Amino acid sequence: MTASITRRGVLAAGTALAAAPLAAPAIAQGAPLRIGVITTLSGPGGYLGADARDALLLAAEMNDGRLGGVPVQFVVEDDALRPAQGKQIAERFIRNERIRLFTGVIFSNVLGAVVPDVLDGNGIYVSCNAGPSNFAGRECHRNYFVVSWQNDNLHESAGALANIMGYRRVFILAPNYQAGRDALTGFKRLFQGTVTNEVYTRLDQTDYAAEMAQIRAARPDAVYHFHPGGLGIAFIRQYAQAGLLGTIPQVLPAPSMDVGTLAAVGDAAEGIDLSSHWNSDFDNEENRRFVEAFRRRYNRIPTFYAQQAYDTALAIGAALRGAGGTVDNTEAFRTAMLRADFRSTRGSFRFGPNQHPIQDWYALKVERVGGQLALVTKRKILENHGDAYAAQCRL
Amino acid sequence: MALLLEQLLNGVQLGVTLFLLAAGLTLVFGIMGVINLAHGSLYMIGAFAAAWVAAQTGSVLLALLGGLAAAAVVGMAIEFVVLRRLYARDHLDQVLATFGLILFFNQGMVILFGRQPLFVALPEFLSGAVEVLPGVPYPVYRLLIIACGLLVALGLWLLIQRTRIGMLVRAGATHREMVRALGVDIRLLYTLVFGLGALLAGFAGIMAGPVYSVNVGMGEQILILTFVVVVIGGVGSIRGAMYGALLVGIVDTLLRAYVPGLLRGVMDASQADMLGAGLASMGVYLLMALVLLLKPRGLFPAHA
Repeated sequence: MTASITRRGVLAAGTALAAAPLAAPAIAQGAPLRIGVITTLSGPGGYLGADARDALLLAAEMNDGRLGGVPVQFVVEDDALRPAQGKQIAERFIRNERIRLFTGVIFSNVLGAVVPDVLDGNGIYVSCNAGPSNFAGRECHRNYFVVSWQNDNLHESAGALANIMGYRRVFILAPNYQAGRDALTGFKRLFQGTVTNEVYTRLDQTDYAAEMAQIRAARPDAVYHFHPGGLGIAFIRQYAQAGLLGTIPQVLPAPSMDVGTLAAVGDAAEGIDLSSHWNSDFDNEENRRFVEAFRRRYNRIPTFYAQQAYDTALAIGAALRGAGGTVDNTEAFRTAMLRADFRSTRGSFRFGPNQHPIQDWYALKVERVGGQLALVTKRKILENHGDAYAAQCRL
Repeated sequence: MALLLEQLLNGVQLGVTLFLLAAGLTLVFGIMGVINLAHGSLYMIGAFAAAWVAAQTGSVLLALLGGLAAAAVVGMAIEFVVLRRLYARDHLDQVLATFGLILFFNQGMVILFGRQPLFVALPEFLSGAVEVLPGVPYPVYRLLIIACGLLVALGLWLLIQRTRIGMLVRAGATHREMVRALGVDIRLLYTLVFGLGALLAGFAGIMAGPVYSVNVGMGEQILILTFVVVVIGGVGSIRGAMYGALLVGIVDTLLRAYVPGLLRGVMDASQADMLGAGLASMGVYLLMALVLLLKPRGLFPAHA
């Protein structure tokens, strides 16, 4: 009984932004290349997909409606965090709209339903967020690329951060779905201490009182939890109200504390440690350009969902330029994509053998900057970090 | 023991929140015969209106009044504009229309407030925890939710059992035609009942705001559980909604808290946690199936 947004509404909102700068070149050079964006725009995860969509549109807008010199048009639809709905949209995009290039999915369970259809239809999928383990190892594919991270990386880096912080006993929680299971596996891979409890919450859960009581009873050194979007907001609020904030510190992966979470949680977030591959304060030219343009265009600080989508657009642009401006020759597109010939907003970036990123991971902390709470980059925790599944991938 | 007590309190608190939602839903369902899927939207409207007023004025009282007023006014407007035309139609039409309302309100909230979740601060005196028993600190705000919910339950009971309006409501639920034949303006009664249901849903939303995440689509998340409560309690019965809500709240919380632990005794920890989480999330639905099997009309059917 979850609601969804009408297809027309999303299309109108999405294409209205893209259409204006596109009109002129489109007429001059025939129809623009259409890119299917299936993303989550409604429900508690709605702002994640909205940020990704906005960044994709921005990347094209900043280049006169082009990526890699090729006029593009994003066709955006809302999956409402329902795998079945994502699959239907993918089928329609492939069959009726003849779209070959896809991106946008936020949640791993939706990705699991969308990607097989895209690949079977000889399409290309470039992930701007979800990177589930089941597509990173033996099931890797020549036309499937991940620009964000392999899911486990988010949590391996949080485990490494917990080691650095000197926590010995950690209580870990994640929702019971693909990315949640990847999360706990990832955290345990690099964490050297003991896991006191391992709790799976529900993806549609709003009340965490039962978990708070268990945490208090277990008295761990720290709590690690993976709760993206609205889930994290509810969890951290209730953590503060349960009086745990002052007694048991949290060490989080990036999705549990993005700038959207931070704004909604407020003071309860101060002092929280987290790991991430990127932060808005990164000091490189491409990142300054992106953050500045995003803030001017949308009047808010981009989340890492926006950053990844922006990088995805740059990667697609680089691949299109190298492949002669089309996706007809998937091998040429692949060769060009794997060169990663673009300047990432996160600094160092390259693709590993399973076409997932090899990149650096950083420790961030929520601190007051000029009276406002902000995510502040503290130190590098992992360098040139790939993923554990690359070895199983034969391409 | 202390942990069990805390978990029971948690269960009661969840139950009380569900009761506020279920009470309105079951009244509308039982008395007017309307399946109102948009009940969750009224919960969302209450939460958003209160969050917005609180952010503008900084006053808890104004936020409370603003949230209640917004939910009740929107509720009565829905009844007046949409539902009034649907009483004579079958349930499918009602489901379609109220589902349409969900889309309408969700998109409306996106236009008004955006997709970013809203920040709701708790007033200082409500933000801490108190020791309900030695060694068991419990959030003050959750205690307040429990107290408010029980007060509302008492108030509803008085309203329905002891006042003239309540008499008409009870009569309307059981002998609709007779009430109409006696010259009672049943249309006005329906609008009032719907407004009352909306008010309660809005109140639940206001109370939930600082605990849960205030965002578009928050209503649908909790609506499914609310329907479970209504079905278990018996359609149209406030008493049923109260017991059903407490039952669902406590069962859900205790299963989440204890099933993985129990399973750990018989299997490897990681598997136990995953299976336990799965079983716990099925628990309330199994409970509903069981109730339907033994008492097909719910625990306290209104039309018995």
